[in-house]
Amino acid sequence: MSEPLLRVEDLCVSFRTDSGIVRAVDCVSLHVNQGETLAIVGESGSGKSVTALSIMGLVGDSGKINQGRILFDGVDLVALRESAMRKIRGNRIAMIFQEPMSSLNPVLTIGKQVAEPIWLHRKKSWTQAYAEAAELLAKVRIPDARSRLDDYPHHFSGGMRQRVMIAMALACQPKLIIADEPTTALDVTVQAQILALLKDLTRETNAALILITHDLGVVARYADRVAVMYGGRIAETASAADLYANPRHPYTVGLMRSIPSLTSDAGSRLYAIRGQPPDLANLPTGCAFAPRCEWAKDICLRSPPSL
Amino acid sequence: MTVATSLLPAPAQHGPWVAFTLRLIREKPLGAIGGALFVLFFFCGLFADVISPYGMNETNLLERLQAPSFSHWFGTDHLGRDVLSRVLVGAQLSMLVGFLAAGLATLVSIVLGVASGYFGGKVDMLIQRFVDAWMIFPDLLLLIAVISVVGAGIPQIVIVLGLLYGIAGSRIVRGSVIGVKENMHTHAARSMGARTMHILIRHILPNIMPVVIVLFTTRVGATILTEAGLSFLGLGIPPPAPTWGGMLSGTGRTYMYLGPWLALAPGLCLTIVVYAINVYGDALRDLLDPRMRGSR
Repeated sequence: MSEPLLRVEDLCVSFRTDSGIVRAVDCVSLHVNQGETLAIVGESGSGKSVTALSIMGLVGDSGKINQGRILFDGVDLVALRESAMRKIRGNRIAMIFQEPMSSLNPVLTIGKQVAEPIWLHRKKSWTQAYAEAAELLAKVRIPDARSRLDDYPHHFSGGMRQRVMIAMALACQPKLIIADEPTTALDVTVQAQILALLKDLTRETNAALILITHDLGVVARYADRVAVMYGGRIAETASAADLYANPRHPYTVGLMRSIPSLTSDAGSRLYAIRGQPPDLANLPTGCAFAPRCEWAKDICLRSPPSL
Repeated sequence: MTVATSLLPAPAQHGPWVAFTLRLIREKPLGAIGGALFVLFFFCGLFADVISPYGMNETNLLERLQAPSFSHWFGTDHLGRDVLSRVLVGAQLSMLVGFLAAGLATLVSIVLGVASGYFGGKVDMLIQRFVDAWMIFPDLLLLIAVISVVGAGIPQIVIVLGLLYGIAGSRIVRGSVIGVKENMHTHAARSMGARTMHILIRHILPNIMPVVIVLFTTRVGATILTEAGLSFLGLGIPPPAPTWGGMLSGTGRTYMYLGPWLALAPGLCLTIVVYAINVYGDALRDLLDPRMRGSR
């Protein structure tokens, strides 16, 4: 097999907070092949978003990448200078955020915002970028795209804004798109449309997609492979089909069981994983999931068992 | 948050300025009146040379200390100069100082506030401690000290007033920059590969414009008032230029009993202008700040 488009090796990211150093991402390794959709699944605080932000080089001032490499097309993004990283962001790796309501600048027109990445990276004239913006909006199936260029974000619904965000992400035909819970803030009916659109468009351009979500239904339908994260670590990685047929990590099993089913008896209680998510400022020495695990043994508390 | 962003001033179909003015008249009539009065004074000042019925220093000793009449609407002073003409030229000087100083102040506030709020950390700490130290000194004291060293004159007054109010006002800009900086669209802009300067100009600045506009309008009022105070103390624009403050302290005070109109004319003008611009600024703030909408 050829070298994957993105390979994350032993990535550790920590944040300095008032309650000590929080190890948000702890020795995470994963890879994404060209044209592939990788889903990263996990509960809030499991390190999914921080992993994504690390790939973008946007962990911020309080965060620090302690070790690891992020190889994108053979280049280590961790070692890259800010100016070089800027040329990659929005150009070769694009990101879609989870809040379409606030991810667009309220005082700029839609056209200006969609044209911006083209103007920034492709060095095209503003008029040309603007014309391309109209095409992009049409591509994400916004009706009457040309006439909507001069509208402001508040004229758009949540689903429409997420379409605009997708158009912006696609503007420079990136190799990799990172979608951080792109449908969390949307109506259920719109969610499917947005994901289908995202999937179609990435297939069209043969871009890889990292889909960050906590919705296992989304994963089953749209992902090729899945990485399950827990407590800043990867619990398990498998192809989507394998994961559903044969989950190996107890956390994955717990997640699967927590999905309400149409066939379960009326009035039966929903399954919930007992306990609380781990405190990342002081993780247990062994398996992070051990305190909540039904199958935990003594050894699990000392060192993480291999799967 | 989502509600707030969707309530930002909506540029309607028939031009955002027209729509906004209509909204101002409808929702804040007092503010609209203030704005109209201010515009009136502004144009009086702008065209003072054309509309003054007499020259500002045209003396006529035969008509000294005359009460207001049809030939002299605001009366005449002890040298027989037409008070209306002098008040009009005074408006020109006040507007000149007010706009230039407030403009400079706003610029200083933006530069300091944006740098402090956006970069945070050590930059913020350094700038804010400087602002703290600066604000310890009472405004007028600082002004008097500087003017007595460099001498009176329009450029000095504009620069000192601009710095004085600009440094203090940077606090307000800083606050709103910190708010906007954490908005998702700022992060989104960075994720698109935008430079810091690009983000500041295109994504931060337009979002703090409501605050900046209000800051500017209130500063116009404040600088006009402070300039009048300086002129009253004899440290403002030197005579024979007819500043409102100078008219109040000079002929206004000396001839208060013989010709009360001498003090009333510049005093009322000053009061009305400052009141008008403050009411207008308040109305602007209420209309431009989405959180204030619905409350009157």
